[in-house]
Amino acid sequence: MSLELRDLCVDIAGRRIVTGIGFAVPGGTFAGLLGPNGSGKSTILKTIYRVHQPARGQVLMDGRDLLAMRPREAARRIAVVAQEFTLEFDFTVAELVMIGRTPHKRAFGRDDDTDRAIAEQAIERVGCQHLAHRGFGTLSGGEKQRVLIAQALAQGADHLILDEPTSHLDIRYQVEILELVAGLGVTVLAAIHDISLAALFCDTVHLISGGQLITSGAPERVLTAAAVRAAYGTEVLVIAHPETGTPHLIPRRTRRPGPPATPAPGPPDATGH
Amino acid sequence: MLPRRLPLLAVLLACTALLLVSMVLGVAIGSVPVSPRAALQVIMDHLAGHPRYSVADAIIWEIRLPRVLLAALVGATLATAGTVVQVLVRNALADPFLLGVSSGASVGATAVLLFGAFASLGAWAISAGSVLGALGAMGAVFLVSRQGRALSPTQLILCGVVLSALLESVTSFLIFRGNPQATQAVLFWLLGSFGLATWQQLPIPAIVLAVAMAYLLSQGRSLNALALGAGPAAALGVDLHRLHRDLFIATSLMAGVAVAVSGVIGFVGLVIPHIVRLMVGSEHRRVLPAGMLFGASFMVLGDLIARVIVAPQEMPIGVITAFIGAPLLIVLIRRRPYLYGTAG
Repeated sequence: MSLELRDLCVDIAGRRIVTGIGFAVPGGTFAGLLGPNGSGKSTILKTIYRVHQPARGQVLMDGRDLLAMRPREAARRIAVVAQEFTLEFDFTVAELVMIGRTPHKRAFGRDDDTDRAIAEQAIERVGCQHLAHRGFGTLSGGEKQRVLIAQALAQGADHLILDEPTSHLDIRYQVEILELVAGLGVTVLAAIHDISLAALFCDTVHLISGGQLITSGAPERVLTAAAVRAAYGTEVLVIAHPETGTPHLIPRRTRRPGPPATPAPGPPDATGH
Repeated sequence: MLPRRLPLLAVLLACTALLLVSMVLGVAIGSVPVSPRAALQVIMDHLAGHPRYSVADAIIWEIRLPRVLLAALVGATLATAGTVVQVLVRNALADPFLLGVSSGASVGATAVLLFGAFASLGAWAISAGSVLGALGAMGAVFLVSRQGRALSPTQLILCGVVLSALLESVTSFLIFRGNPQATQAVLFWLLGSFGLATWQQLPIPAIVLAVAMAYLLSQGRSLNALALGAGPAAALGVDLHRLHRDLFIATSLMAGVAVAVSGVIGFVGLVIPHIVRLMVGSEHRRVLPAGMLFGASFMVLGDLIARVIVAPQEMPIGVITAFIGAPLLIVLIRRRPYLYGTAG
């Protein structure tokens, strides 16, 4: 159930986007991939699920070369909830979750009772039974994300990749979705935008900047003001979450708000010189 | 909120009934009216192997039936190709001619009609010219729009549009250089018609449709996955490179053959997939068979209208499909805004 990246390098359009990334996600743990916009988080994830090909390096699942496996075989072990998900075509929730069964079915294979039971279970696990016959396009952001997780569950994989699963959600759904993911008992690698939120849920975090790994480890050990400065180039205060003790980031203003500025000299008037 | 989906079997039975009724009407109605019963009798006689040679027999068996069958085949083919192209470029407003097929075919056919290319093929010259043009254009679009291993939907659309515009200018140039009488023939051909249908024209489109449909149904799940986007499809274990290539070949062949036997008939490949998705949803194992039957019915009825509306003259079928299809599409787009990217 473990996932490991070894010396992963990825080029896109002749430019190296990801350089020598290596870390391991032990089985059943929740790993967060952190880093500023454009740091290569998505590229790393997309390489794992075969949208990009690595220029060098390996992705190992339980020690086996994941990218050398047949796509169908790999898809039975590793499921993905992708970042931007707009649906041009109208599927119901039940249909969408059933698409998760794709890697298990042969050409012309019909949906059998097993498939239906698995899809139903997946929908129940994310608490969306009442939405099963709704059109995906009519759901709210949080509901959509749950349905996509149900689809990944129906895929029957024991590894889950999430690309910014919470970036468009409000705080209630952010917590709900990450709580759901953390409770699934599968190996998770998730790119997460919000560092404090990642610290709250992840067992380990991997901080990326400019396509390179800055640091890896338990959130409380790794997420220091210095590390954030190195990765994001900005100053933050790091405090401990009052309940969990996990690091919590407080942004700082770059220009300290001083006392109210002295009134600007008045507009030049006719009597002035 | 959507209702539960209609049962597929019921939809398919209804579409089949619609197709049969359309075909009977298409065979019976015309400048020499024949009762549906008599028309069926003629067909039965032929199928049983002892035709009676009468005027009605000749009209039904030699003229109207092949025409109706060809219209049905082309309608089914264009609806199917349209469904697939829309998934391939992930855009619900794509049609089978988006990727350069029609303009490529036009160049080929125009070259034949104006300059007698492929003259040795006789009656097949126009078909050969248009198929070659269509495949050439789509091949060019395919090669140009590939980015590494993957096809990018945006690039496909842009390359298709640009190449189409270029090829249309080539057609215009050929018409400009050609003689006026032949130009008339080219314009007629460009608007599409089933007026010259013969039994000999039927086997190739039928085989192409059957093979393509069998392949597409086998890939129904992969098509569903692809409808979610390239990334999700890859994550679901779909071999994108192979699927893109095979879908591209299937649509090129279907659209190319349709154009070769009937000219460029617009709107069917765009509108029918929409109507069918409204009825049965987007699950491709439902859309494809329903779309095939519905597209066939639509084209048979459209051709019937084209024959009778300005009788004894004949309206180009492309005019009919556009007159019906354009308003229909506008109504659909206004009714279902969230399908087209705006908030709903």
